[in-house]
Amino acid sequence: MAMHQEELVDFDVALEKYDPVLGFEVHVELNTKTKMFSSAPNVFGDVPNTNVTPVCLGLPGVLPVVNKTAVEYAIMIGLALNCKIAERCGFARKNYFYPDTPKNFQTSQYDDPIAYDGWIDIELSDGEVFRVEIERAHMEEDAGKLTHMGGSTGRIQGADYSLVDYNRSGVPLVEIVTKTIEGAGKRAPELAKAYVAAIREIVKALDVSDAKMERGNVRCDANVSLMPKGAEKFGTRTETKNVNSLRAVEHAVRFEIERHAAVLNSGAAIVQETRHWHEDTRTTTSGRPKSDADDYRYFPEPDLVPVVTTVEWIEELRARLPEPPAERRKRLQADWGYSDAEFRDVVNAGVTEQIEETIAAGTTAAVARKWWMGEIARLAKNADKDVADLGVTSATIVELNSLIESKKINDKIARQVLEFVVAGEGTPSEVVEKRSLAVVNDDSALGAAIDAAMEAMPDVVAKVKGGKLQAIGALMGPVMKATRGQADAGRVRELVLQKLGIEG
Amino acid sequence: MSAISREDVAHLAQLAHIEMSDAELDKMTGELGVIVESIASVSEAASADVPATTHPIALSNVFREDIVGPTLTAEEALMNAPDSVDTRFKVPAILDGE
Repeated sequence: MAMHQEELVDFDVALEKYDPVLGFEVHVELNTKTKMFSSAPNVFGDVPNTNVTPVCLGLPGVLPVVNKTAVEYAIMIGLALNCKIAERCGFARKNYFYPDTPKNFQTSQYDDPIAYDGWIDIELSDGEVFRVEIERAHMEEDAGKLTHMGGSTGRIQGADYSLVDYNRSGVPLVEIVTKTIEGAGKRAPELAKAYVAAIREIVKALDVSDAKMERGNVRCDANVSLMPKGAEKFGTRTETKNVNSLRAVEHAVRFEIERHAAVLNSGAAIVQETRHWHEDTRTTTSGRPKSDADDYRYFPEPDLVPVVTTVEWIEELRARLPEPPAERRKRLQADWGYSDAEFRDVVNAGVTEQIEETIAAGTTAAVARKWWMGEIARLAKNADKDVADLGVTSATIVELNSLIESKKINDKIARQVLEFVVAGEGTPSEVVEKRSLAVVNDDSALGAAIDAAMEAMPDVVAKVKGGKLQAIGALMGPVMKATRGQADAGRVRELVLQKLGIEG
Repeated sequence: MSAISREDVAHLAQLAHIEMSDAELDKMTGELGVIVESIASVSEAASADVPATTHPIALSNVFREDIVGPTLTAEEALMNAPDSVDTRFKVPAILDGE
């Protein structure tokens, strides 16, 4: 495959000349127990093709039956996005040929989505609120999972064959489609990330999805086009498919803006096409151009009857909605006692849920913030990953904190332990055990180190004796060195004072 | 004049991945034309206040509770597969040579 280097224009330069126009399609996998149209279990990670029924495989003569819970979850998502809920809607067949669907169609909704005309307010990092209008949220089913084998890269290009697992085939999906988003300007990448984060936060709060992007529970297709500043007609758009982390959404939008600007500046036209996102190079490459293949010949699904909603049903579901995210944030800030700036930093770092879980699991608000905003954020930045993808959980922090509180390790060692946890070496206790990182509390070992330090630094000892207690700090270095950083500073101080016969 | 042209049928055949001979295209153009005209005459009979329907029986909200039922084993699922690897279906690479 010929990989040519895309020409790019610097982001800020591009934005001086063009206005970006965005649109997002976010697919949310529901966490129902069973699939959309069959009673097969909806479970991630099982042995391929074991969570399937004849319906999932599209065998002849099968009849789909709608999962009531999935419909209710779709309505709840619609309500949380301030949508109108259709009084009556139906399912349609979207016809296409690809081995991810064994039936040669995906059961979806076409011109009558269950939810439509909504909005969601997105808070950007500077505190400004940007309203994104929702066009529709409709119900459909997920496709099977293809793994492309052979070739050099494991990508679809150059693959020798593909392997198909239909466990995911028929998993309930809600696809949320925005209206065209104008006016984001240079904050388009940030808005893209914040929008997907907000959708994820909502479906997680509703408990209708596991909302793990790394597992594909929430997937984003990002549409980007540019138009010259002041123009009224939208430019040609591209759709970057399956951008599956918050950072990737931000990067993909930024990349497409830079690429579009270069194409337009050269006098060429943007090709309306899908683009593939490559996380490794943080670039997109050309996928399939829009063509006849996009004529999906939707028609009403003859095997499924319409869904009719009543006011009573909708109100019953509305009563099940959790508090809206904005109110929730206000409550959390008050509960945790964070300042406005501290809380905004937490929200922007995307660790609100983690901190909430950590506090619920038993640490103070200050301890939770210290770790999630400090060492964990630093490790994520170094690894160039989302915090959520580091493998650190609330349990990790609780365990780490209790190790500190019980004086098994000190703060400095705890930071090292966390690093080993992130590297996959086990839980904090396991790491401490395996790497023998426990603090040296053994007074004889400490005593020897202290004696050596005191002998080497008689002037310091004299100062301490003379009442300058803070001079003890100078002894700490050699003691720590002798104990490989594992001495408990408080205990060292106590022992020094004891040895000199001074009351602490 | 039929509502369906030969080109329409050829286009649909291509979208549906159905190979059709010239004779079949001619025949289907005529038959589909008759069907489209018949459906059109239903529209004439129905006044504007009759809502469109997609089902002959006025049923709605046929639901299933969210309870797991029996599944096939992987062996059963793969029984008719032309080819497989472990418990997965094996299919030709689709975008070959791109």
